[in-house]
Amino acid sequence: MIDTLLQSLDTLLLVAFSLCALVGAALMLVLRQPMRVAIALISTMIFLGGIYGLLGVHFIAAFQVLIYVGAVMLFMVYVIMLLEVREATEAPYSRLLWPGLAGFVLLVGTIGISIWRGAPPPAAVADGTTFGISRFSVSFLNEYWLHFELTSVLLLAAVVAAVAVIKVSRKADSKRRHG
Amino acid sequence: MDKTQLLLGLAVSLFALGLLGVIVRRNVLVMLMCLELMLNGVILSLVTFAYQTATTVGAVLVFLVFVVATAEIALAIPIVLLLVREKRTLNLDAYNELKG
Repeated sequence: MIDTLLQSLDTLLLVAFSLCALVGAALMLVLRQPMRVAIALISTMIFLGGIYGLLGVHFIAAFQVLIYVGAVMLFMVYVIMLLEVREATEAPYSRLLWPGLAGFVLLVGTIGISIWRGAPPPAAVADGTTFGISRFSVSFLNEYWLHFELTSVLLLAAVVAAVAVIKVSRKADSKRRHG
Repeated sequence: MDKTQLLLGLAVSLFALGLLGVIVRRNVLVMLMCLELMLNGVILSLVTFAYQTATTVGAVLVFLVFVVATAEIALAIPIVLLLVREKRTLNLDAYNELKG
């Protein structure tokens, strides 16, 4: 009795979180001010973190909140506050609004129908240890250590590129000052 | 409609909404945020498949995508700052110097 109740509560929460995430994503396209768009995106990410938690992938839920909301979106919010360029008078959407909408409907329709029709294979048994941090870390550093090392190369490239961007900006500054 | 289908549908919707945002919005920062939304859709689909097959491959990929997303935003934001300092606007239509 309590088990079925908990299971239906689980499903209910999953559907509610999905709807909230979808509403947040749709609001991102409608809202005008970048700060409000950022808030909508943050709420979407938090609801997605809730979904990961409901699925039992707790460490990804934690990292979603820590990395995405805590680092990436905080950075974004700071930049929005830093820039504060207001241009409410211009047209909010580009000329590609209608082709974009048509492409959106086509994409969602095609993939949605294929998801709807395709009978999902029977779900494997995902017990409590499947997504435990210990099993994940062992397989991460045993089987996928090469990919892990490759990301470190990517991060190094990002650092070099950031330094290059700063150099370009300094050059542009000095050019503006002297000429 | 089971759980997997619901989550995959949500992932596709998030990805498509992000793509639509990148196409129709003109504000560079909003476009960047829509890119993040697309990445979130992909991450959701990876997690869903990992959950469905009870393997850790999807979770590993999600970690790598986190790293890529962080590196991407750390590079894109200085470029946007540079562009805004040059043009004094966030509107993408002002940055048309590379147009053929």
